[in-house]
Amino acid sequence: MAAPAHTGHIGSLKLYLGIWGLLLLLTFTTVMVAFVDLGPFNIVVALVIATIKGSLVALFFMHLRESSKMTMIVAVASLFWLFILLSLTMTDYVSRAWSTRLH
Amino acid sequence: MATSDIQIAEHALQHHFADMEQQRETASFGMWAFLLTEVMFFGGMFCAYLVYRAAYYQAFVQGSQRMDLLAGAVNTAVLICSSLTMALAVRAAKMGKSKTVVTFLLITILFAFAFLVIKGFEYHGHWVDHQFPGPNFHFEPLKGPAVDPLHTEIFFSLYWVMTGLHALHVIVGIMLITWLVTVILRGRVSAHYYNPVDTVGLYWHFVDLVWIYLFPLFYLISKQHGS
Repeated sequence: MAAPAHTGHIGSLKLYLGIWGLLLLLTFTTVMVAFVDLGPFNIVVALVIATIKGSLVALFFMHLRESSKMTMIVAVASLFWLFILLSLTMTDYVSRAWSTRLH
Repeated sequence: MATSDIQIAEHALQHHFADMEQQRETASFGMWAFLLTEVMFFGGMFCAYLVYRAAYYQAFVQGSQRMDLLAGAVNTAVLICSSLTMALAVRAAKMGKSKTVVTFLLITILFAFAFLVIKGFEYHGHWVDHQFPGPNFHFEPLKGPAVDPLHTEIFFSLYWVMTGLHALHVIVGIMLITWLVTVILRGRVSAHYYNPVDTVGLYWHFVDLVWIYLFPLFYLISKQHGS
């Protein structure tokens, strides 16, 4: 039975397997890189790799790249609010040390 | 299009939607909106993590050295595999292949249980080593300068709460997927109406996504100086 035109786009099997392979490769990479001393950049690299993995999951497995604009706005909004939560909290904690010690 | 499919499609269309496509988009949008609240729910804990990691970095390094890196890495791979089988289940649902959907969903449940079993062994190890916050908490650093055990206790508090709530999401996921299987077996899902598979799929991928961040934040802090 041919898929009707109005249903969502059906991704190819190759694409899903490719994303899966990429995710496993990135997991292996992030563990390996953790044993290399990059100083303060270890956490940066770890978070960049995690964000690449997260983006792959959201864009391909969760079909965000072929979703409606409304859905994309929700996805971006979640990151935006999370950014506000983290950045405003840290502005507070970082600047407290300017006058008194944190602990 | 088979006649039975048309009947299912007509049956599945709720009267307040204009057509199946609008209904599908609404269901998907609703799950995304819920996931936004989940981002904020976990976000609060990630925020607490950020504040305490910045304040007590050395305690976090020493706590992280007690994590079972192999178990964490294997569990990351297990969840990625479960995400793949879930994506393939949604794909099969779009093509109307109900039996394939059920097969992939059952494999996804198996991966989910594998994740919980591995996590259970890890939890047991931390428990018997007194790495559980409370009156019996005890911590000896593997290496590095002695730090205030209260600070290490904060690390383990965050570890238990964040991975624990994530594990709770995995358990809810297992229940949702089991429900999904019964819905499909009763013939409620077709190539024209697969919203339940789609939305539960979105939820499951999100559970994977949270772990993708939990793994480096707890298991991979400063490994080059550690075990």
